Amino acid sequence: MLDFIGRLFGRVDQGSSSIAKKRLQLVLVQDRTNMSPEVLEDLKTELIGVLSRYLEIDEVGMSVELDRSDDSIALVASIPVKSVRARSVQTDSLKSARVGE
Amino acid sequence: MSGQVVVVTSGKGGVGKTTVVANIGTGLALSGQKVVLVDADIGLRNLDVVMGLENRILYDIVDVVEGRTEVRKALIRDKRVEGLSLLPASQTRDKTAVTEEQMKCLCDSLKEEFDYVLIDCPAGIEQGFQNAVAGADGAIIVSIPEVSALRDADKVVGLLEGAGLTDPYLVVNRIRMDMVRRGDMLDVSDMTDILGRQVRLLGIVPDDQSIIVSTNRGEPAVLDPKSRAGQAFRNIVRRLLGEEVEFMDLNEGGLVARLMKLVGLAK
Repeated sequence: MLDFIGRLFGRVDQGSSSIAKKRLQLVLVQDRTNMSPEVLEDLKTELIGVLSRYLEIDEVGMSVELDRSDDSIALVASIPVKSVRARSVQTDSLKSARVGE
Repeated sequence: MSGQVVVVTSGKGGVGKTTVVANIGTGLALSGQKVVLVDADIGLRNLDVVMGLENRILYDIVDVVEGRTEVRKALIRDKRVEGLSLLPASQTRDKTAVTEEQMKCLCDSLKEEFDYVLIDCPAGIEQGFQNAVAGADGAIIVSIPEVSALRDADKVVGLLEGAGLTDPYLVVNRIRMDMVRRGDMLDVSDMTDILGRQVRLLGIVPDDQSIIVSTNRGEPAVLDPKSRAGQAFRNIVRRLLGEEVEFMDLNEGGLVARLMKLVGLAK
């Protein structure tokens, strides 16, 4: 009832529950996608494997991280390239196979 | 006969797990089910005092798994309610005193004889939790409308899934509708929104002083026909038994009661 009277007199401040909800949603986005360091390391190793077929990369200088901002998550990778490899036989044959379809 | 083993868990401590176990268990027994309550919180035994059975303990769960006594002899029969028994935790040992394998064995033998085996899980997600869920067929997550409790509840949903327990029930405990109306407490819909489709809402229990009184006395609130929390637990029991029961209106009284309160005619 008092709230009602408050609202009549133009008190419109939001309660703390909406703050709680927002904070909870954000923290759960982080919790639910929490990747263990080992899994992230595996991801990095496999990435290197794939990238190395196309590029010569600087493995020491590379970084792969999950970046959390606001309510979204991004995989941010910085991968210094030493040189672009000549096309490997494998990818060439893949390409020609696709052309032949 | 093969009953169901249901673990009651929350992650966070102090949200009312033991009270929920005592009341749902007592309520199920009042409805004619054969029920055993298992206190898996070894070292921090409490279900016995909440049930008012602390003076009748001879043996505990560790005595049973270590073979010092038969299960039958360790069970305490509740004389107030037909078909209700308690297997107390040990107060002198710790969470490593029972293994997951032993817990599974114990649950399997208990469900031969009881319709419901309700397990009071310790707080936390360590070995005590793993042991408590080891023999379970289903789970009830207890949470309160607070950020920390809900965060832990979400974590527990994932851990239960890892243990093969999908679609757990959710009991929202200690909600205060006056605060929800003011916008100062998360509402049930916020909570189910946040936890997503992965949980099934089983019940909403109002914050109620009668719970403190009943815990003081060692008599579960579900036995008190006047207790609002007791009513919420009676509804939960009916839902567990497959009945469709509407969620109760938690607004204290109707508009008239609230008006009377406002002008000081009622408290």
